[in-house]
Amino acid sequence: MVNKQNFTPTRTPMPEQPANVRNKNFSEVALGYSKEEAMAEAARCLQCKKPLCQKGCPVEIDIKEFIKHLADGDIPSAYRTIKETNALPAVCGRVCPQENQCEGSCILGKKYEPVAIGRLERFVADTFDSDSACEMITGHTACSLPNEQFKVACIGSGPSSLTVSGYLAARGVPVTVYEALHEVGGVLIYGIPEFRLPKSIVAREVGALWSKGVTFMPNYVGGKTLTVQDLFDDGFDAVFIGVGAGLPWFLNIPGENLVGVYSSNEYLTRINLGRAYDFPKFDTPAPKARNVAVIGGGNVAMDAARTALRLGADNVYITYRRTKEEMPARLEELHHAIEEGVQLELLTSPIEINGDENSHVKSMTLQVMELGEPDDSGRRRPVPVKGKTKELEVDMVILAVGTGANPVLLEATPGLDLNKWGYIVTDAETGETSIPNVYAGGDIAGGSATVISAMGAGRRAAKTIADKLGV
Amino acid sequence: MSNKILTKKALIPGQTSMLVIDCPQIAKKAKPGNFVILRIHEKGERVPLTIADTDHEAGTITIVYLVVGKSSALLETLNEGDIILDVCGPLGKPTHIEKSGTVICVGGGTGIAAMHHIAKGHHRAGNHVVAIVGARSKDLLLFCTELDCFCPELLIATDDGSSGHKGFVTDVLRERLEKDKNVSEVVAIGPVPMMEAVSKVTKPFGVKTTVSLNSIMVDGVGMCGACRCNIGGETKFACVDGPEFDGHKVDFNELRMRLAQYKEQENVSMDLFRRDHG
Repeated sequence: MVNKQNFTPTRTPMPEQPANVRNKNFSEVALGYSKEEAMAEAARCLQCKKPLCQKGCPVEIDIKEFIKHLADGDIPSAYRTIKETNALPAVCGRVCPQENQCEGSCILGKKYEPVAIGRLERFVADTFDSDSACEMITGHTACSLPNEQFKVACIGSGPSSLTVSGYLAARGVPVTVYEALHEVGGVLIYGIPEFRLPKSIVAREVGALWSKGVTFMPNYVGGKTLTVQDLFDDGFDAVFIGVGAGLPWFLNIPGENLVGVYSSNEYLTRINLGRAYDFPKFDTPAPKARNVAVIGGGNVAMDAARTALRLGADNVYITYRRTKEEMPARLEELHHAIEEGVQLELLTSPIEINGDENSHVKSMTLQVMELGEPDDSGRRRPVPVKGKTKELEVDMVILAVGTGANPVLLEATPGLDLNKWGYIVTDAETGETSIPNVYAGGDIAGGSATVISAMGAGRRAAKTIADKLGV
Repeated sequence: MSNKILTKKALIPGQTSMLVIDCPQIAKKAKPGNFVILRIHEKGERVPLTIADTDHEAGTITIVYLVVGKSSALLETLNEGDIILDVCGPLGKPTHIEKSGTVICVGGGTGIAAMHHIAKGHHRAGNHVVAIVGARSKDLLLFCTELDCFCPELLIATDDGSSGHKGFVTDVLRERLEKDKNVSEVVAIGPVPMMEAVSKVTKPFGVKTTVSLNSIMVDGVGMCGACRCNIGGETKFACVDGPEFDGHKVDFNELRMRLAQYKEQENVSMDLFRRDHG
């Protein structure tokens, strides 16, 4: 039944920095709702008897319930509801592809615009003023006291491990998180740029976990500084592996090792983790270029392209072998990128990167493509137009064509079953691997996916561990 | 993990220093050939440095660096008792060491430090280790005393002839290879031109030659490919597939080009450092 009184067909717009201003800075693009805007948007929710949105959410937040509280202006109750299942709402509200998840399932979206669930989740997480770390982590004022008889280790500190730590810390289990880099947060820190996810948001979550008894150990490389066996020898009851899928893919085309060719991982790690955008205040040098080509059509490609614009490039091209419609990136990200001045070179696939006499990139040769018959995934397959190529003058190429499983930890862990793509095999129900009491989740157990699905996997494993420990 | 500098020793004053750092978790695992990534301060970059020695019992690692730019100059400002913000490792594949007979270890510049660790490993495995070290002059040689302790042969080359052979390490190496046909392996660590020259010398002898590549690194754990290099036509990541590779397969030209890619920014950084530190 449509609540006619409050019903509006379009969603409340969210203020954002104008495109010609934001493409020169690294501050967050979307500025967030005010309380009035959030309550007005919350009032659009129909409070369905059988809400489809909840099924669309990988961690099944009770969306209807939290929105009801928000519509009443009760932020603490809304926060508590979200926190029942979601460890990092301020993150998810910003980076989830809601159009394929909760909002994609919202009944209003069938005829009008769906409720802006992500923006509301973000508003609640940003605005709720917790009294304690326990309240921030769980939404409740009291957590279990630390029980020193147990200890659990996480390898990797991305979204899946942060979820495991939060879940167990709230139940009194001390967790130690080992991270290879010098800063905690995984892809939230090195991958997703400041203009989409401010680092202060991640730091706040990590800070709350520290105060709830989670210990973060940076500069520990799983498989090098320590192995899974070392952790068991050290008395850990369970080990969760959440090391992500951090191995960058290259295309194996001529010219790929020329100066000026980067993996998106390197480019983004320099800028985000190394703060190279603030060179020379920070020591990591930022790669400089006037004309940049980013290869790929996913969110990482958008992040890299928008970063290159902010670093002052005159032209940034996204080259993609299919059309706009098939791009895997979030619509919102693509839209933002185009608004900011990113140019699309669609239906092209690079075949060679050409260098000058100093082995520096000077152009890229692209094979022109057209769409053929649909492939197994249902998307129309790009096929080369015979003999038709074009040359793009660029002095930098960023490859954002996906990542695979990094073998460093896996090679050092005998007995760990991997699938044919090199990812860890886990039990779908429990998250346990082929080694007893070793769990895995997130990208290392399933290939590159979303922050929220990594968190879902973390939650599943944490539940199993908590059950086994009897907490 | 304390990362405290326990000992600092100027090996070549104002140019090359040695630090012994308290890092029990790294010392426990470190093997010859491994390296660490350091970050010196909050705004610092990540820089790779080879582990020149380890003391498993004391829980320490030793590094040797040449002051070449901002980060190494900053490292040089630290003293005994100071803490290095981040030390990550041990990284890379350890040197492949087995009992094989006679091994010649060639070192140049600060590379002698890394070579020393590997030479020690070969000595412990029961190999007859010939050390060949080179520098511009006598005062710039490193680790000769240490190498002398376990290498039955220590051969020296200096550009000005102030010690040992007057000329390059490659002259000494060629001569040594000519009189001994039973050398099982040559290991070379030092500046790129030196490793390239050594690989050229050994090629006609058909001796297995291992070089340790010093490409630009960011994370050092295989997640970015900044350190990629061309080994026999295949792209490899020096941080996880190496840093040691078959010297006869390395594309040294490409390595040189890639190493020079941040020259401009490196100069900007160093000029600022000089301005701030006098």
